[in-house]
Amino acid sequence: MSLILTPNLVDPDGIYEKLIALHEGRDAADSQRVNARLILTLINHIGDRETILEAIAVAAGGKV
Amino acid sequence: MTDVRYGHVWRSIGPSPRPAATADEVPVVIAGAGPVGLAMALDLGRRGHRVVVLTRLDYIAGGSKAICFSKRSLDIMDRLGVGQRMVDKGVTWNVGKVFWKDRPDPVYQFDLLPVKDQRRPAFINLQQYYVEEYLVDALAELPGVEIRWGHEVRGVAAHDGGVSIEVGTAAGSYAIEAGWLIACDGNRSPIRTMLGLDFEGRIFEDNFLIADIRIKEDRPAERWFWFDPPFNPGKSALFHRQPDDVWRLDFQLGWNIDREECLKDANVERYIRAMLGPDVAFEKEWYSVYTFQCRRMARFVHGRVIFAGDSAHLVSPFGARGCNGGFADVDNLGWKLDLVLGGASPDLLESYNDEAIVTADENILNSTRSTDFLTPKSEVSEAFRDAVLGLAAEHAFARPIVNSGRLSTAISYPDSALSTPDEDDWTGGVAPGSPALDAPLGEGWLLGELGDRFVLLQAGGGATAPEGLDTIAIDSAIALARYGLEAGGAYLIRPDHYVAARWRRPDAAKIARALARAQGGDPR
Ligand SMILES: Cc1cc2nc3c(=O)[nH]c(=O)nc-3n(C[C@H](O)[C@H](O)[C@H](O)COP(=O)(O)OP(=O)(O)OC[C@H]3O[C@@H](n4cnc5c(N)ncnc54)[C@H](O)[C@@H]3O)c2cc1C
Repeated sequence: MSLILTPNLVDPDGIYEKLIALHEGRDAADSQRVNARLILTLINHIGDRETILEAIAVAAGGKV
Repeated sequence: MTDVRYGHVWRSIGPSPRPAATADEVPVVIAGAGPVGLAMALDLGRRGHRVVVLTRLDYIAGGSKAICFSKRSLDIMDRLGVGQRMVDKGVTWNVGKVFWKDRPDPVYQFDLLPVKDQRRPAFINLQQYYVEEYLVDALAELPGVEIRWGHEVRGVAAHDGGVSIEVGTAAGSYAIEAGWLIACDGNRSPIRTMLGLDFEGRIFEDNFLIADIRIKEDRPAERWFWFDPPFNPGKSALFHRQPDDVWRLDFQLGWNIDREECLKDANVERYIRAMLGPDVAFEKEWYSVYTFQCRRMARFVHGRVIFAGDSAHLVSPFGARGCNGGFADVDNLGWKLDLVLGGASPDLLESYNDEAIVTADENILNSTRSTDFLTPKSEVSEAFRDAVLGLAAEHAFARPIVNSGRLSTAISYPDSALSTPDEDDWTGGVAPGSPALDAPLGEGWLLGELGDRFVLLQAGGGATAPEGLDTIAIDSAIALARYGLEAGGAYLIRPDHYVAARWRRPDAAKIARALARAQGGDPR
């Protein structure tokens, strides 16, 4: 399995803060749009099909 | 397609007389003189078979139907002798552009023919009625083919040795006995219904308005597609050139609309002027509204009744995979039925069933994905779609995700039972089960040399071909590179221009075995 499911962030609190700040002052629709942009940008960065499919399965709550 | 006003008369022909003989017997009956039925008749007729085409209408219908014909279809039409006429009349194009909102520059652009040095372009645009007319003209040259206009199939009863068909005409009905019935009777296929067969799939909840208009425009012959343009806010639109200064304008309308109201000239003209400017001078050709569906039959071969074209599979038009997919059926079935009529086991037709289903599934998959992109099913899918378009305008990475229709290309059959798997290492070239590539050859083109029989493509001599198998020597550097061939190597090519087998160092026995296998025989 190539998807990393163990801690991999140097600054989890700081990054989480930025993620929430991205949505500050946005309504639900705008937040959804921004989330979609973020997801698309990240999956392109990952690139590898299997890794992305594993992440989708994790997001769906399923077992990998 | 559920087109509310389907077809006016493009070329009137008039009803064919009811045949004098009471019990007519023919080896092949084709139901339906749409593009697929006509091309089927041409393929079998050119192979010398007697064919009767029964068709309900007694004219070639006009209206707004297919316009985009793929390179693969042109290659097939070249084999059938009408490709040049289509290209001469058609508008050639290779480039598609996708626009978003009011931005003047495309957010995405594609060239559908990245491999140059091929005889045919990626696409031509040509009204479907011209294609039908050219096929009808070509059929008139074949003494063995008879089109019976205004003859409707009203009943079919399949039995062991063939199919009994009841035909209705204005002058009364009659019966005909067919060895094989090819049902090319369109997406509502009465024959499929008569036989109680399935047609499973999805309907997309959207409507599209097509305005084919005559206009003097000097925009380039490219496919222009808009998402959310100012002239059709929140929806999509398409603009495409056809011959005779006809342009196709296509506007997404949404699901809950009043079709009658939408089709009124004043309403359509509002859309046209919004797109092309308030003062644009144009002439109406045809206006229609359609919805689309993706469906297919579970099987295309039902004993002596074989389905091809829209009767067997239906796709949404974005991607131009309908008629092009139907021509692929014709190409696949023609040589196989020819062999069966010549005495081969009908089991060979099972490979038509398998390969045509691979084609239909790939077409349905692609057109479903395009349609889901065009018509997002939920708020979140719409958010993703808009995010893709927004990102595409800013960054290259998102551009390939933009899906305004993935246009029809030749489809491979990687698991075909007729193919002999590679025994050598191949890094490039064309794998068994894939369509042969075109390349310059001598004064002409490689595909033009292949004809409609099995051939062996050889580089620099080598093994002797089994008797009766024609060989073509490849010498051009481009062709050698495209096939990954070195001296002594060879490809066995099927009559539909698919690769059946290839070797670095073939011998006559291997070639003979591969040939037998490709004709449905036992591979050992
Ligand atoms: C708006 C639109 C745009 C399209 N654009 C494209 C495109 O750009 N490229 C592309 O490849 N495809 C396109 N298509 C799809 C294309 O038009 C169809 O795939 C094509 O017409 C299918 O051909 P066919 O011969 O299978 O069926 P049809 O064209 O439907 O022909 C069926 C024939 O059978 C006859 N028939 C029916 N019942 C009987 C009976 N009982 N007895 C005798 N005859 C009968 C009918 O009268 C008709 O002549 C488009 C379709 C639409 C609606």
